[in-house]
Amino acid sequence: MTISELSLSVRDLACERGGRLVFEGLSFSLRGGEALVLTGPNGAGKSSLLRQLAGLLGVAQGEIAFTGGDPELSLGEQAHYVGHLDALKPSMTVMETVSFWRTYLGSIPEGADTALEALGLVHLADLPAACLSAGQRRRLSLARLIAVPRPVWLLDEPTVALDAASVARLVGLMTSHLAQGGMIVAATHLDLGLGETKQLRLGVEAMT
Amino acid sequence: MTRAFFALLARDLRLAVRLGGGGGMAVFFFLVVISLLPFGIGPDRELLAKVAPGMLWVALLLAALLTLDRLFQADYEDGSLDLLTMGLLPLELIVVAKALGHWLTTGLPLVVAAPLLGLMLNLPGEAYPPLILAMLAGTPALSFLGAIGAALTVGVRRGGLLASLLVMPFYVPVLIFGVGAAEAATGGFAGEAGRQSLLLLVAVALASLVLGPLGGAAALRANLR
Repeated sequence: MTISELSLSVRDLACERGGRLVFEGLSFSLRGGEALVLTGPNGAGKSSLLRQLAGLLGVAQGEIAFTGGDPELSLGEQAHYVGHLDALKPSMTVMETVSFWRTYLGSIPEGADTALEALGLVHLADLPAACLSAGQRRRLSLARLIAVPRPVWLLDEPTVALDAASVARLVGLMTSHLAQGGMIVAATHLDLGLGETKQLRLGVEAMT
Repeated sequence: MTRAFFALLARDLRLAVRLGGGGGMAVFFFLVVISLLPFGIGPDRELLAKVAPGMLWVALLLAALLTLDRLFQADYEDGSLDLLTMGLLPLELIVVAKALGHWLTTGLPLVVAAPLLGLMLNLPGEAYPPLILAMLAGTPALSFLGAIGAALTVGVRRGGLLASLLVMPFYVPVLIFGVGAAEAATGGFAGEAGRQSLLLLVAVALASLVLGPLGGAAALRANLR
């Protein structure tokens, strides 16, 4: 991963879902090595914002500019998105799942072991995903982050179903990603203890 | 990019042959329909021989339709499709990989099963080579054209019926030329008619190899946003 100086700037972004305006006039900027934590009540648009950044949801208004990465690729192609759906196939084993995403997203067929190690999944490598617990499934989808190096991580409630030890492990991985100059946008209700992070609170006026 | 393509294809093949993948479903459906048919029509061997190519094709078409609705829906529902679009592989090639996987796990086994089931319908011996040839040429068209229907209905729960309705008109040429190619051998007209049917079938298949990925990718793009 060669990251000179990443920069993400979002200007005047609006999001519309089903004819309803979820948010508008949203602006923020983020540089490599920084994390942005999204907070806000349910339905405030945290997930929608993450999906817009990942290129999975249309932008109603405004713009998202990302510089410093590979100019040939879109932001979505340089980002990891870990959403509520875990994208696991019940009949594929843990090892097969990680190897598949590693080959598919990164064209690196070998070396999935480090990702399994980082998430503490090594002893489960030969187990089909159908046999995993909710926390283990979540760890398996998080293993993508390590399996394929990408500069931007978009995490939607990454700590759901994780136990304290796994949360600590995830925070460790996030910290080292930031230390390498990567960028994280995460929606979470937990205080992750990432140190200094930017905060963005969505939908505040909707509460009053 | 080539690696990503083959990784996706290999994943789909693997999923199809494993338990719950539904790989054998189409063949079993084919088997059930064709084995019920003689009971419905009666043991008139000449009549069976006459309708055999047409019935084999219709049953094959329905068997292919039966498995199509899950082509993109399974990946859509568990979030895999989102992640697939975030790779470097263009959406068109994703559709090619999925449709090719569908053909290898559904179309090809159906073609292999067809001669065996032809025996049950008293299909005349000289009809086997043209029938199998026509099925080999026609089944990829079923998968690639079907991909458009599957992509259009990806967000619709129980969208299989809707996809079948959408795809049906596109399947009609495959059916007509497919039966034509096989029947020329038994129906008594000159071999030239069968050859022409076969060539037209190949033309339909080649066109579908181009239209399927383009149409499927456009439909997916519209549905994912």
